Amino acid sequence: MSVLIKNARILDPAANTDTVGCLGLRKGRIDYRGIRAPKAAYDEVIEAKGLWLMPGIIDLCARMREPGQTQKATMRSEATAALAAGITAVCLPPDTRPVIDNTAVVNRVNRIAKAAAGTYVYMLGALTKGLEGQALSEMSALKQAGCVGVGNGLAPVANTLIARRALEYASSLGITVHVVPLDHALANGGCAHEGAMATKLGLTSIPVSAETAAMRQWISLVEDTGARVHFGRLSSARGVALLESAQARGLPVTADVAVHQLFLTDADIDGFNALAHVIPPLREARDRDALRAAVRSGAIGAICSDHQPHEADAKINPFPLTEAGISALETLLPLTLRLVGEGLLSPLQAAARLSLGPAGVLGIERGGLGVGAAADLTLVDPAASWQLDPARMLSRGRNTPFGGTGFSGRAQRAWLGNS
Amino acid sequence: MSDTLQIGRDGRLRHLLTMEGLPRRLLLEILDQAEGYADGGHGDKKHPLLHGKTVVNLFFEASTRTRTTFELAAKRLAADVVNLQVSASSTSKGETLLDTLKTLEAMQVDLFVIRHEASGAAHFFAQHAAPGVAILNAGDGRHAHPTQALLDMFTIRRHKPDFSKLRVAIVGDALHSRVARSDIHALRTLGTRDIRVVAPRPLVPTGIEQLGVKVFHQLEPGLDGVDVVILLRLQKERMLGAFLPSTAEFHRDFGLTRERLARLKPDVLIMHPGPINRGVEIEGDVAYGERSVILEQVAHGVAVRMAVMAMILGGEAA
Repeated sequence: MSVLIKNARILDPAANTDTVGCLGLRKGRIDYRGIRAPKAAYDEVIEAKGLWLMPGIIDLCARMREPGQTQKATMRSEATAALAAGITAVCLPPDTRPVIDNTAVVNRVNRIAKAAAGTYVYMLGALTKGLEGQALSEMSALKQAGCVGVGNGLAPVANTLIARRALEYASSLGITVHVVPLDHALANGGCAHEGAMATKLGLTSIPVSAETAAMRQWISLVEDTGARVHFGRLSSARGVALLESAQARGLPVTADVAVHQLFLTDADIDGFNALAHVIPPLREARDRDALRAAVRSGAIGAICSDHQPHEADAKINPFPLTEAGISALETLLPLTLRLVGEGLLSPLQAAARLSLGPAGVLGIERGGLGVGAAADLTLVDPAASWQLDPARMLSRGRNTPFGGTGFSGRAQRAWLGNS
Repeated sequence: MSDTLQIGRDGRLRHLLTMEGLPRRLLLEILDQAEGYADGGHGDKKHPLLHGKTVVNLFFEASTRTRTTFELAAKRLAADVVNLQVSASSTSKGETLLDTLKTLEAMQVDLFVIRHEASGAAHFFAQHAAPGVAILNAGDGRHAHPTQALLDMFTIRRHKPDFSKLRVAIVGDALHSRVARSDIHALRTLGTRDIRVVAPRPLVPTGIEQLGVKVFHQLEPGLDGVDVVILLRLQKERMLGAFLPSTAEFHRDFGLTRERLARLKPDVLIMHPGPINRGVEIEGDVAYGERSVILEQVAHGVAVRMAVMAMILGGEAA
């Protein structure tokens, strides 16, 4: 199968170019790129005037719920939804059931993902056995089996000595450690940002220090070890400041943000709106604005979905008893395009935060559109006007606070290349 | 958001979930109507307004006092009353809260009085209740306890009718207190400008100033010139070690003693939602001393709850 895409606006973050031209793909690889159409014949020719062609979107954190929680969603449902949303690769956190802490589970997840035949599935291995924070996992074997990083999900590594040794061990293997910075004692089982809204609603709250205390601890260990750490799902202005100061000192730390954090604040939980119950919690406008500024500057190099599909029952309860998370695959690109519409990001920057940035974090060869590269491509119609109807989402989880929201722009088509 | 849920399109009270956003007109209407039920002094305590209605007291948290006052209120209005104490374990057997509500609803219940440890529980039930089924919040987590606030306002008004001139201090564990939050909203609605929250810092929730109060971490300045002192119950079990060094230390710095009372205005009102911890928030003889209106609060609880039930269920006849 060969395809020629003509006259598209080609956004190539790896080359840092934004040009109109033609791009051909054949046998899963990009085999032509130029201003004019090539002479060679293609099975399919797409006239893409007015459309954007970008590297396939790589989502740094998506829970597909399989193995282990198929009452919420299945690999097939989510991998299909992802691809339809322009996401050609997702990265699974290690907290599947069972936990990805040995090669047998890695192989099993790979089999399930292959059978689902949707988006490409990368995965993180567990940093500690069973995510229990006690003993180091067999990271070398996990890497060998295909894990693109290690992490402890949302589970704490309470013992800082174990954390330090895990970083040392990972760094000696060249593995990036993914950290969701949340100090569990300070988070205290809370469900909302510590501030006037949580106080008004009487919700147990999570202070900003839950994020910054954890970040400081990990940054201290990076200072000792030089290990590469990626902070996932930042939520606060003070967290951004810590990230920037660590980066300014040349420490090998990167970060991503869940796209909902760039739009929602704790005002959105008013009236006990459980669809806006997320961990880390939605914080204040100044936090959202600092996160936006860091995405623009590149200090935060990746925007992810933090996709967490749920069965309906998970959100049908009083707010503190609902499960946290948003079904977010289908709004990752549309919300990011809104940042372009609002003038925060250029189209090329948006493409970078969704592809090259996450590829860099995972250390994978993606995010470029040069001849010879794997043809992971997303064709975007930036003008498509549509409204999100949760009942028509492809994800099994319909838990979104963006139901009824109007968007302009969505993925028109995506191709998976040969890696 | 809350007020659109609890106020019907016709402007009448449909549920009572929170004091936040409850219009002054409705708040005063409840207090005025409660006057008609208070004191039981007019001979017959029975007002058969809710004859033929069914009220279910659905309590997911242990409670004797509050449940009893709701039960009495419903019975004095001639409603049929059922008390259900649901333990957390029975809901963990697989039945969800929604299942519990729908099952009871099918028995043609008109009003649920609900207490639950999760903030937002009453809103949750109101959102999912069938049309014509009303929800009365008897306390949800740390969020709201509207009938307690109403009986507090009722009690204050009987002694000091002009709320705009009042200085009110709320003393103690504001962090965990739904009473504090509901009292603050109610006082604000009635025009009180000087509301203080007086507590050691770990017991003051962040951002409470934005509800319109001033925070004090010392008792003496916090009580300076106040007309009303509302003491909050200290939940001893969850306090010790984590929030406070000891109840004795709390009493030393924040307990209302006879000496401290003597320095307050001679006509100050001492209030407490009960049950009191003698020797912690308050000294025993202050609790039942001449400035205390704590037992009046209890008595008014029935009248206020009758008024709320009558307004929600009684229709035009009320």
